[in-house]
Amino acid sequence: MGVSAASWIHPVLALALSPLLPGVINRVKAFFAGRNGPPLLQGYHDLWKLFRKGGIASRTTTWVFRAGPLVNFACLLAALAVMPLGAVSAPLPFDGDWLLMAYLLGLGRFFTVAAALDTGSSFEGMGASREVQFAVFAEPALLIGLAALARETQSLSLSPIYAGLAAGGELPLRILLGAGFFILYLAENCRIPVDDPNTHLELTMIHEVMVLDHGAVDLGFIQWGAALKLWVLGALWAGLLPLGALPGPLVRLAAGAGAILALAILTGMVESVTARVRLLRVPQLLVGAGVLCALGLLLTFR
Amino acid sequence: MFVHYAMPLEGIYLFGLLAGALALLAVSGVGSLLAGRWSERWAVVLGAGGAGVACGAGLAGAIGALLCRVDLTVARPWRMPYGEFRLGLDPLSAFFLIPLFLLSGLAALYAIGYFRPWKGRNPGRFWLFFNGLVASMALVVAARNGVLFLAAWETMTIASFFLVIFDEADSRSAHAGWIYLVATHLGTALLIGLFVLLGSGAGSQDFGTYAAPAGMAGGLFVLGLAGFGTKAGLYPLHVWLPEAHPAAPSPVSAVMSGVMIKTGIYGIVRLLVILGTVPGWCAWLVLGIGAASGILGVLFALAQHDLKRLLAYHSVENIGIIALGIGLGMMGVHAGMPVLAALGFAGGLLHVLNHAIFKGLLFLGAGAVAHATGTRDIERLGGAMKRMPWTGAAFLVGSAAICGLPPFNGFASEFLIYMGAFKAILGSGSAALGGVTVVTALALIGGLAAACFAKAFGIVFLGEPRSAAAAAAREVGGSMRAPMAVLAALCLAIGLLAGTVLRAMDPVVAMLAGNPSTVAAPGAVWVLMPATLFGVLALLLGGLLLLAALRRRLLAGRANRETVTWDCGYAAPAASMQYTATGFAQPLTQAAEGILRPRVESQLPQGVYPASGAYHADTPDVARRMLFDPLFRAAAERLGQLRWLQQGRVHWYVFYLVAVLALLLGWALWA
Repeated sequence: MGVSAASWIHPVLALALSPLLPGVINRVKAFFAGRNGPPLLQGYHDLWKLFRKGGIASRTTTWVFRAGPLVNFACLLAALAVMPLGAVSAPLPFDGDWLLMAYLLGLGRFFTVAAALDTGSSFEGMGASREVQFAVFAEPALLIGLAALARETQSLSLSPIYAGLAAGGELPLRILLGAGFFILYLAENCRIPVDDPNTHLELTMIHEVMVLDHGAVDLGFIQWGAALKLWVLGALWAGLLPLGALPGPLVRLAAGAGAILALAILTGMVESVTARVRLLRVPQLLVGAGVLCALGLLLTFR
Repeated sequence: MFVHYAMPLEGIYLFGLLAGALALLAVSGVGSLLAGRWSERWAVVLGAGGAGVACGAGLAGAIGALLCRVDLTVARPWRMPYGEFRLGLDPLSAFFLIPLFLLSGLAALYAIGYFRPWKGRNPGRFWLFFNGLVASMALVVAARNGVLFLAAWETMTIASFFLVIFDEADSRSAHAGWIYLVATHLGTALLIGLFVLLGSGAGSQDFGTYAAPAGMAGGLFVLGLAGFGTKAGLYPLHVWLPEAHPAAPSPVSAVMSGVMIKTGIYGIVRLLVILGTVPGWCAWLVLGIGAASGILGVLFALAQHDLKRLLAYHSVENIGIIALGIGLGMMGVHAGMPVLAALGFAGGLLHVLNHAIFKGLLFLGAGAVAHATGTRDIERLGGAMKRMPWTGAAFLVGSAAICGLPPFNGFASEFLIYMGAFKAILGSGSAALGGVTVVTALALIGGLAAACFAKAFGIVFLGEPRSAAAAAAREVGGSMRAPMAVLAALCLAIGLLAGTVLRAMDPVVAMLAGNPSTVAAPGAVWVLMPATLFGVLALLLGGLLLLAALRRRLLAGRANRETVTWDCGYAAPAASMQYTATGFAQPLTQAAEGILRPRVESQLPQGVYPASGAYHADTPDVARRMLFDPLFRAAAERLGQLRWLQQGRVHWYVFYLVAVLALLLGWALWA
């Protein structure tokens, strides 16, 4: 399954549908709490509102502060170019594309952190410090997991890896990596049990506190970027499902998008029934994800 | 394997260019010292001008030699024993000469502005040693005779020692200089042993005649790894590096960290070429030491709050990454996997070039900050981006590059090493295990490096200044800005044009791994370096420009206000309320406490209305504290017992001389 016209559908789909994901998570959480919750399309309303506002920024900041959200968004756009969905090849696959994807997420994180430190706020410094700390533990887990997939399918690019996985592949490996990648998904997207996007106390925040001083268009790009990150890492997880048996690329793309939405629902459920772990315990959680991925890699060595 | 070599005539011209560069360096260094007695201005003109012209000529010669695949040796008899005065120029030498001349030339330009405030001292003393250092480094890379090599190696050491202690007002510089001198001479002692063993067969020290005694290739490699590794800064032989690099003036730190330690890598690689084949466990040894250097280097960097000391530890880390590449390459050669060998060696060697560029840039940037504020203590800096926008932007590029982030050059070389590791993982046997080791180590290093440079860049350049000195900082002058701008541009250019650079490096990789063009994958600009990668990078940059234009358009015509940073409505925000570098890194240094063993002095706030509290953490080098300090103390105690031999009276020493001569005479007659 090579690159085709259908390959370009996924990036467009991601850009269009990703603002739905936070809405889905919030609705599920509201349902569990017995509330009505915000409308499903609240994300789109917010973006529309933010993109029409005038800006406000701290006097302390420099161009780094303004570049942060844009670089992060551009990184996610570029990551979409190599990320397949539903066993349909990405538009620009190449050998080693997952490395670029992982490092693009790293570049986005670096600039988000730099933008946070640019405000000179101790809150934002705190969030930035936590963000880089967790990335140290998440990165090896992600790459070991991808090494397991590469070995299982004997290919070096995400698109053939997920195409090969859709055609077959070991169930225990899928389960181990599915669990590992789900933890990474929660951590990288700053969800409970690692971070609580709804907390109102700056001292306990991670991602939200790093963007406290951003407003208007910048905040819009941050929120859209966060939604895109949910989508990109969701696609990484969704590829583990056996969607390759479905007929036609369009059906598979739809199934993939459905899987990403289902993952959002699952996230909402997890957020409803679990508490945050203590910050000191987060590295242990991430090392746990690394162990799951390493076990997956071990399986491929039989 | 078939490699085209240039016509000898072309080679002779290029060789002449390099020889001319060496001669000019020597003459201008001495000339600068002499001129400095009468005129500071002429000393700088001679010293810096000579270095600049020589480095330009040398760079042109080295690039030309690499592109034309020159491979020649020039020899003439000399008075020294064991062989001839022998210089050579082959792709490997030419490749190492490129960053050497590039960075040295830029550092010379930078030094003009850097030393401008140091009035009333003869600048010729600096230029003599600086130009001498550059010339001796080039000679090390070009030497094809063991005696000549060691002579050049020693000159390089002495010249850099005097540069480290150049700031004589600083007593710490002298201390650092002594540590450097001792460490590097222990390394040299091992190298003398290595060369003696290598030359023992043919009785000549010419590289061409070297032959490893049967079954000793592995042992000789270990000897060389320890000897050259001391200079390169491989863990745990790196202890001199975090002392000497911060103590030296910044243009010297850039040259030492960017290229001088690479002569150690050159030595290891040249030894591989000389030995031909080494046992498989040597590859594992290099991999293990590489992983240890990489991870421990970046961990210790994270715990530092002297900006230049932090950068020095990052050199240990990057030498580790280079060793990971070389180890993978050796593993590929041993396992008969040409793609793995090509990727490993190419990744390691490209990282040599890349590290010279971004580490040079970072040291020059740190020097600019120290120049403008008078301090290297990260905790006293901040807000430099507003005051020094050029330096700040260049430092940001260097930071992203050293973290291996795309689209900069660090990503290109780490990508190759990663791809080698993944290629190994797809295979079977011990190579797959090596691949897993490399991937895990590189991923861990990448995350830690990003954390460390988020701290270094974020605390120094962003936020509000943490001291009056930092608040009064001014952008440095043109002669210091221009080299940083050139290096930053190169970071991006090599990141985007890595394929071209790698193709030019083909003959170097071929010397170590076999001809890489025979194993190139389809659709790749180089072995497994896919062209599409650069398409996505272009997409990233294009997307960024598009988003910036969109943002500008969306905000045009709307109210854009400025205010204070959000602080929960606190009435009197102060710069001291910002996060500190120590605080920023604390979660990670705490997690690695068992390895780092920091010395913490903390005074917790007491009572209901706490008036004060303090926290200070210092992280001295553990290898030095736990391994070398006790070792040297014990040695000093033992050797102290021989101190009665030293009477401090001349006639006793004359007696020793006569006694030894008599002994030697007796021995000569006896034998």
